[in-house]
Amino acid sequence: MSEPALQARSDLAAAELGLTDTVWTEKVSWASQVPRWVSMLGLLVTFLALWQLVTSLGIVSQLILPSPLDTIIDLGFVGRNLISGDYMLVAFWVTAREVFWGFVLALAIGVSLGVLVGETSFGERAVMPYIVAIDTMPKLAFAPLFVAWLGFGIMSKVALAAFISVFPIIVGTAAGLHATDENARMLFRSIGASRLQTLIKLKIPSGLPQFFTGLKIAAISVVSGAIAGEFLGGGQGFGELIRVAASQLDTPRVFSLIIYLSLLGLVMFGTVSWLQYKFVFWHRTPDGVAKKASR
Amino acid sequence: MTSHVAAEVAGSYARPVYELANVSKYYGERGVVALEGVNLTLREGEFHSVIGSSGCGKSTLLKIMAGLTPPSKGRVVLSGTPVLGARPDIGMMFQQATLFPWRTTVQNILLPVEVREGRAAAEAAKQRAFSLLELVGLKGFEDTYPSQLSGGMAQRAAICRMLISSPNVLLLDEPFSALDEITRDFMNMELQRVCLEQNASAFLVTHSISEAVILSDIVHVMSVRPGRVVRSITIDLPRPRTLDMVTLPAFGNYVSQIRHLLDNGAGL
Repeated sequence: MSEPALQARSDLAAAELGLTDTVWTEKVSWASQVPRWVSMLGLLVTFLALWQLVTSLGIVSQLILPSPLDTIIDLGFVGRNLISGDYMLVAFWVTAREVFWGFVLALAIGVSLGVLVGETSFGERAVMPYIVAIDTMPKLAFAPLFVAWLGFGIMSKVALAAFISVFPIIVGTAAGLHATDENARMLFRSIGASRLQTLIKLKIPSGLPQFFTGLKIAAISVVSGAIAGEFLGGGQGFGELIRVAASQLDTPRVFSLIIYLSLLGLVMFGTVSWLQYKFVFWHRTPDGVAKKASR
Repeated sequence: MTSHVAAEVAGSYARPVYELANVSKYYGERGVVALEGVNLTLREGEFHSVIGSSGCGKSTLLKIMAGLTPPSKGRVVLSGTPVLGARPDIGMMFQQATLFPWRTTVQNILLPVEVREGRAAAEAAKQRAFSLLELVGLKGFEDTYPSQLSGGMAQRAAICRMLISSPNVLLLDEPFSALDEITRDFMNMELQRVCLEQNASAFLVTHSISEAVILSDIVHVMSVRPGRVVRSITIDLPRPRTLDMVTLPAFGNYVSQIRHLLDNGAGL
């Protein structure tokens, strides 16, 4: 019997049995069918609406939780003040400088200590336990010390911000240097690479992903460090403005100051993410990562 | 002409590349014996394999030969000079391709030159890298990154990196065992072709009996604890070998002979 004839016969048999193609639809969750921005916007609107409801019905006192409307109005006021270069902008720059220098300091110390711990066995055996021990301490408790050592000016805030954000950088750097594949190290030894060549051409590039993970954590915690420093040691930054507004029960102001402050963290995080995108280009596509993992 | 004749001729005339005399390795203070009294001679153009179950010290042997770890006893001589550390006249390949994702294929291949002689020398060796890529069938992939290469292609690139500095000997540590069997068979034939074209001497560590037989002139069968060579078997099959040869009775005899050795004492 020829091929088409066979096919026709099996179709006939299927029809007799009342069989059709078994095409069916896979279940796709509702949320994954909507574009992401729609879900995000929807969530935001729902949240704001609930917030407005809770405050305008008087369930929560306006003194404790300002209505979103009040907050948005105050956002406008603070925004105008910032743009016109008034005292708020001055305060913003103070905090921005603290964050910037705190981050630079943390980066310098963190990378140096990270290389010491990750690359030398002295660092790994003798230095690392102390770093872990200090990392477990509540770092904010050191704030009064920094004020006593460095005064009420910008330096004590820079120091606290750096102190808080340095540990993720140390750990990220050291972990990155340790992450090198055993075969890769053997290959470098077999081609007669020096220690410095192995560090520069192998360990540093292969450790960049871990390093940037640490750097991202640091970029966010450095802002918290600077603000905590201002809370605890005075000064002229945004932290001080927040503290004053809170003591006057001006909650809309506190909220809008926090929102503008978050821009600082966003810029820090964004910059680090962009640098990671530039430098760790081989981790960029999920496709590339998947291929690497399957090998 | 068969390889039997070639091997016999090589055996009497070819220059020895590697000479190992009584090589032993003990670990730790209690002196756990990883390797005991290994003697072997690899001559120019020969392909040797070491086979044994895991833990028989075959990777240790390879590391000692490569100068990556010192022997506790014995002597390793490569091209007339004692091996006292990493040597530029050795090319190595591992189970993983170990290509670096931040380097393009050609940059990966030029890495040994760059490390040993600097960037300028690497730039000068580019033409050679291109011709090696052509040799292994990777022409056109010079500037792609390793994430774009399949497992087999990555191992081809690793072959090029191993060959870039024209080594006297190739040390291969289960180079294709992470690939699927179809690709592995194919890559083994490619390896043979490259070795014949370059007249390379090679030393392969493997745990696949058929791979060892199809590729080698001599197969060294190792026992475990202590790791020692229990028998060296000369494989008398014509070159170039083809995958069809696995159906030959002679091939089957070699395989069962080695399996027997591994089962009886050598494996346990």
